[in-house]
Amino acid sequence: MIQAQKNFKSWYKKLPPEFNIFLVLLGMALLFEILGWIFVGQSFLINKRRLIIMILQVSVIGIIAVGVTQVIIMAGIDLSGGSLVALSAIVAASLAQNSTYSKAVFPHLTDLPFLIPVIAGIGAGLIAGFISGSLIARTGIPAFIATLGMLVSARGAAAWYNNGKPVSFLSDEFTNLGQGAWPVAIFLTVALVFHILMRYTKYGKHTYAIGSNEEAARVAGINIKRHKIIVYSIAGALSGLAGVVTASRAMSAQAGMGMMYELDAISAAVIGGTSLFGGRGRITGTLIGVLILGVITSGFVFLRINAYYQDMVKGAIIVGAVILDQYRNKKLKNKDKDI
Amino acid sequence: MSSNQQNIILKTEGLTKHYGGVRALQDADFSLTEGEHVAIVGDNGAGKSTFIRQVTGVEIPTSGNIYFDGNLVDFKTPADAKEAGIETVYQNLALADDLDVPSNIFLGKEETYFNLGPFSFLNEKKMYKKSIDVLAKTGIKIPNLKIAMSNMSGGQRQCVAVSRSAGFASKLIIMDEPTAALGVQETSQVENIIKNLKEHGIPLIVISHNLRQVFDLVDKIWVFRQGKIVGCVETSKSSTNEIVSLITGVKLGVEEEASFI
Repeated sequence: MIQAQKNFKSWYKKLPPEFNIFLVLLGMALLFEILGWIFVGQSFLINKRRLIIMILQVSVIGIIAVGVTQVIIMAGIDLSGGSLVALSAIVAASLAQNSTYSKAVFPHLTDLPFLIPVIAGIGAGLIAGFISGSLIARTGIPAFIATLGMLVSARGAAAWYNNGKPVSFLSDEFTNLGQGAWPVAIFLTVALVFHILMRYTKYGKHTYAIGSNEEAARVAGINIKRHKIIVYSIAGALSGLAGVVTASRAMSAQAGMGMMYELDAISAAVIGGTSLFGGRGRITGTLIGVLILGVITSGFVFLRINAYYQDMVKGAIIVGAVILDQYRNKKLKNKDKDI
Repeated sequence: MSSNQQNIILKTEGLTKHYGGVRALQDADFSLTEGEHVAIVGDNGAGKSTFIRQVTGVEIPTSGNIYFDGNLVDFKTPADAKEAGIETVYQNLALADDLDVPSNIFLGKEETYFNLGPFSFLNEKKMYKKSIDVLAKTGIKIPNLKIAMSNMSGGQRQCVAVSRSAGFASKLIIMDEPTAALGVQETSQVENIIKNLKEHGIPLIVISHNLRQVFDLVDKIWVFRQGKIVGCVETSKSSTNEIVSLITGVKLGVEEEASFI
């Protein structure tokens, strides 16, 4: 009996750290499946359309979450994601308008190739991220404050850009980017690229090192300031990309887009096992965290449960994930003391 | 530069550091010759760690000159000092607890396949193999290099921190309280590493509170008191009593069997 327990323990230890979260995802999906048969009389999972919508819905959050995960691993935080979605959506859309529409934002800049608005949108996010990162690295103010400032300012900039009016009549070339499986493909590509960067490159190693022990990283000769600026810029650029996808999917852009997306992205990262204390977390975990958010959202819609409950449950799950993280952290620290 | 200065590896002239109104270090004139092992001793707040921080580029001195390897140097960051050949083991270990052994040993000087700036791909195999060699050189046994540092004992962590510096051929190694938190066995392991460095002729500065260890290991002792260097004595011509009276500034009334821990 004890031998069996030991075997199980060593087997369990060999599993990737994402296994627990994956079980949660599976358990949630099964719960909705059972509740579905009881209350709605149909399957939750065996419905291609629902699964596609579920993944589509979380793709935009997922793209932001990949950036936010890197920031949190570095023991920082980025609250500006949602506002940057609005800003870059509106910047991208303003450069993607049809010439057939007479009241375009830039009447001389219509019918441009779709890459121009895409690059402009990502660029807007990148610049905003660069500003946040520079503020954090150069002035030493907490990331929470710097990105909170960006959250407010970027939303303001998005409203100022076109006097608060929405931007629509976008070219087909541009709006195609948000249709079908494109958002999912973009999200998965982004996740894969940054999984590789975080796992196999100097960039990733230094991000983990700074989050784990900034002083150690500094005395080891890592250029902390430069690295922080790079990571926040990447997070900003990814929020920008999320904005481009949002505008393209909605076929228009307005300053109220992406409200609270940053919180969903942070939730996805934290649920996925990224430690708010820094140093620990993986993109694969965030991928599962994003899917968990997707399952909750579609599950509640599927069961026709009031949307308010959905937010309440989401809130509880986030707090639960952080409590779990704190517990894990304490356990690690106590282990240190024992020795 | 005169010929007898050529074998001086590190020299400071009038090195001074003020933190606001606090004079942490004043007019420190220090020198270290090729292959020499010295200790820096002194009471808490005597300026030992401050001195090290100026020499290793962690802080920028208020005034004074530092000569390293015959040149006037001006380290702006720890990376500059490292590049010049100064390796440091810090008091607080300076390990990234969430990373494994090879990542810590190669932190800031990772092996890569080809250079793509920050996005260079890491050559993990090479780092793993080199880590084994580095640890073997220092005689430390760590069963699994691929687990996070936070899962290791204090001794293993210290040994990784020490061998990180000692394992790379460098011109000077500085250790700040390398055995302060260690048990007897682990202390002797670290002392063995230091003796090993002596055999290889690598100069060393060690900060220590343990006078027994200091007398055992080094050639010269520099004594700091209240931000100033108050003496430099050769261990073979000195006694614990002399050092203690230099540390405390009390010449008389020191008991025969006084020891300083």
